[in-house]
Amino acid sequence: MAFIDYYQTLGIPKNASDKDIKSAYRKLARKYHPDLNPNDAEANKKFQQLNEANEVLSDPEKRKKYDQYGENWQRGEEYAEYERQQKQNRQQHGAYSGAHASSFEGFGGDDFSDFFQSMFGQGAGSSGGRQAKYRGQDYNAELQLTLKAVAETHKQTLTVNGKNIRITIPAGVENGQTIKIAGHGGPGVNGGPAGDLYIAFSIANDTNFKRDGSDLYGTVKLDLYTAVLGGEVTVDTLNGKVKIKVKSETQNGTKVKLKGKGMPVYKKENEFGDLYITYDINIPTNLTEKQKKLFEELRAM
Amino acid sequence: MTNLIATTDICTYHEVEYTFITSLQEAGLVELRVVDKATYIPESDLQKLERMIRLHHELEINIAGIEAITHLLERVEQMQEEMRVLRNRV
Repeated sequence: MAFIDYYQTLGIPKNASDKDIKSAYRKLARKYHPDLNPNDAEANKKFQQLNEANEVLSDPEKRKKYDQYGENWQRGEEYAEYERQQKQNRQQHGAYSGAHASSFEGFGGDDFSDFFQSMFGQGAGSSGGRQAKYRGQDYNAELQLTLKAVAETHKQTLTVNGKNIRITIPAGVENGQTIKIAGHGGPGVNGGPAGDLYIAFSIANDTNFKRDGSDLYGTVKLDLYTAVLGGEVTVDTLNGKVKIKVKSETQNGTKVKLKGKGMPVYKKENEFGDLYITYDINIPTNLTEKQKKLFEELRAM
Repeated sequence: MTNLIATTDICTYHEVEYTFITSLQEAGLVELRVVDKATYIPESDLQKLERMIRLHHELEINIAGIEAITHLLERVEQMQEEMRVLRNRV
């Protein structure tokens, strides 16, 4: 556990007045407030640090204690005595448990550092003004899936703060896309409605295709003879192999479109994107003398 | 069906004046509905409204500032969405 310099967090000297503290906090809060930095975890973290610093320095009692023990908070008899008292405090606060179970994090929750908690006790943070007082908190979560998995609609059960909810993940959901599960965030206060649960999808590509929306792109190797004379080639798609005809005199890099063989279109039943195949023609190697001779003949023609 | 929430409830719980909400309406930032002479806001707009109340209370931003921020945030969100689509394509 490391010492936190709250004065440095707010960028003010140790002899700053209450007014200086307030204005420094306001100025930085305007920069890092989560409402002004949507989807920015870094700013959100910074804002929490500001709140913690402000919580200590704007409270005369906490500030006094902090200044007194300061960097030496881990040493000395005074600290030992203080720690003993703390232990008692903690026992009194034993029932307090503010942490959310699971990895679901609320936005702007009062999650103060271990340093703060060891100095001022758990639950010492006043929730002053931070949280919405009426509508419940929104929760954010990330769900990791594979590309093959999202080619089909499926149901999944999630545990959010001890409650199981069953969600349907529509086929064709995209990497980074967020869906809202209304009413599954934190409970409302004073009869207000509950917040929402936002689930962001992180989709790993477990195929050889590249994806652009509902279209897929792939490369197929073609031997020289099929490219020159025409024929058939077997192509892997998301739902099995298909045989496609190759025209004679096919050029390297030729693209063909397999209609409807892409990803399902999000929330549109029975609509699919396309699969684009690019031919990569293999020039034969280790030719036999006879083969070489035949190529020579072709060249001379 | 949209759930409606009485503006008086919001004013009570958030400790804001009714005129603050009507000023937001005049600026076109919230849509109020009148049922039997009482004003309500749709539950779907509550999140947006609470964000504006936070900006006002916590950062001392006035209506004009909230209006500018709301428009900018809409653009930021659009751009984040565009970036997400472009990143997936790279």
